[in-house]
Amino acid sequence: MLTKRIIPCLDVNKGRVVKGVKFLNLKDAGDPVEAAVRYNKAGADELVFLDITASHEVRKTIIDVVRKTAEKIYIPFTVGGGIKTVDDMELILKNGADKVSVNTAAVLNPSLIEKGAKKFGRQCIVLAVDAKKIKPGKWEVYTHGGRKATGLDALKWIKQAEKLGAGEVLLTSMDADGTKAGYDIPLNLAVSDAVRIPVIASGGAGGPEHMLEVLKKGKADAVLAASIFHYKEYTVRSVKEYLRDNGIPVRL
Amino acid sequence: MAGIVIVDYGMGNLHSVSKAFSHIKARVKVSDKPSDIEKASGIVLPGVGAFGDAVKQLKKRKLYMPVKKAAAAGKPVLGICLGMQLLMAQSEEFGKHKGFGFIKGKVVRFKGKMKIPHMGWNEMRVIDKKNPVIKGVKDSLVYFVHSYYTVPEDKKDMLCETDYEGVKFASAVSRGNIYGFQFHPEKSGEKMLKIYKNFNKLVENQER
Repeated sequence: MLTKRIIPCLDVNKGRVVKGVKFLNLKDAGDPVEAAVRYNKAGADELVFLDITASHEVRKTIIDVVRKTAEKIYIPFTVGGGIKTVDDMELILKNGADKVSVNTAAVLNPSLIEKGAKKFGRQCIVLAVDAKKIKPGKWEVYTHGGRKATGLDALKWIKQAEKLGAGEVLLTSMDADGTKAGYDIPLNLAVSDAVRIPVIASGGAGGPEHMLEVLKKGKADAVLAASIFHYKEYTVRSVKEYLRDNGIPVRL
Repeated sequence: MAGIVIVDYGMGNLHSVSKAFSHIKARVKVSDKPSDIEKASGIVLPGVGAFGDAVKQLKKRKLYMPVKKAAAAGKPVLGICLGMQLLMAQSEEFGKHKGFGFIKGKVVRFKGKMKIPHMGWNEMRVIDKKNPVIKGVKDSLVYFVHSYYTVPEDKKDMLCETDYEGVKFASAVSRGNIYGFQFHPEKSGEKMLKIYKNFNKLVENQER
């Protein structure tokens, strides 16, 4: 049986892992390659690096992180943040990442998904979506790290992106993000029912019971979490054991 | 003495595969030159994307015949993911397409309500335990990303089996010097690199 994936997410700024709430009060949290190795050992099924480096020159540091990580771990990992062109994608994939995630650039230029999928295969292209609830059953897409409303309907956008060639959706609920009160179940369920590509639930994880809820009721295929793993509140293994004991197939 | 050549036919991301082979200290080279394939002792066909495009690209780059000749000469050939599907006789992906036909059978799309692609870690059961390429590898969870699967005509060609939402399919095939894996050994944890080590050994034996 296909197992549900547990995916730790690492925010990387200028080549260092950072912790902070909504990109504020960033604190240095160590070397990303070491963190990747640690998560791999702990049983993570995949990893996501989100490069939040603002300045363009220092963004080269993420390439260095990608290359070193690819030499050390043999599980899939995704890199997102600031990817604007097919060349950006190529540079990251060439250095050993398995997937790239696109968010703002894809909204501004949807053909980026199509071009990326054509060149590297659909499975390489992850559509990252930051969605905010407008009313029950309706969510709006935000870009620029959640700062800019687009007027786009999240479900419509994700369906369009699936057609264009996105292989997966990394779905972040802006309402739930940072609350630790649980994932947005209706959002995950709506997206999961609307598309056939896998959905990675993100935003709101406070504990394994939230993961169980979104995998079961929200029909998500994978869960992403950052802070509960970074602050060592839970280990990947303990989360997986909890899920297994509650009838969710996981890789242990 | 040319070692392993990973065939670069312009489809997808073959860096992970090449890194994995370097990691196990195989003599490996990524190439899109027919002459390199002719000189190689072993061939790796990676690839993601569409079957028809892949065959077209292989032919356009004049890589199709060298691969075919290498297989006929008994050199070990390893297909991964789409590369495995190319080993088969035909695919129904976007119309019918002919593959290499090293192994009889076809490639079909998952049908049903399941999520497509089949993406993530799923169980792989070793069927042909005596096969040298799978020696020392136990039934495990391994990493898959694909929308089509392989149905070998002869059950004896089935090397590993996997079940996705009730569809049992060949997650690996093998016939003579031909080996194919639907999952990604290079992304299934360090233990699964054993498969590449085994393949490398077969290539080295070939060189002796």
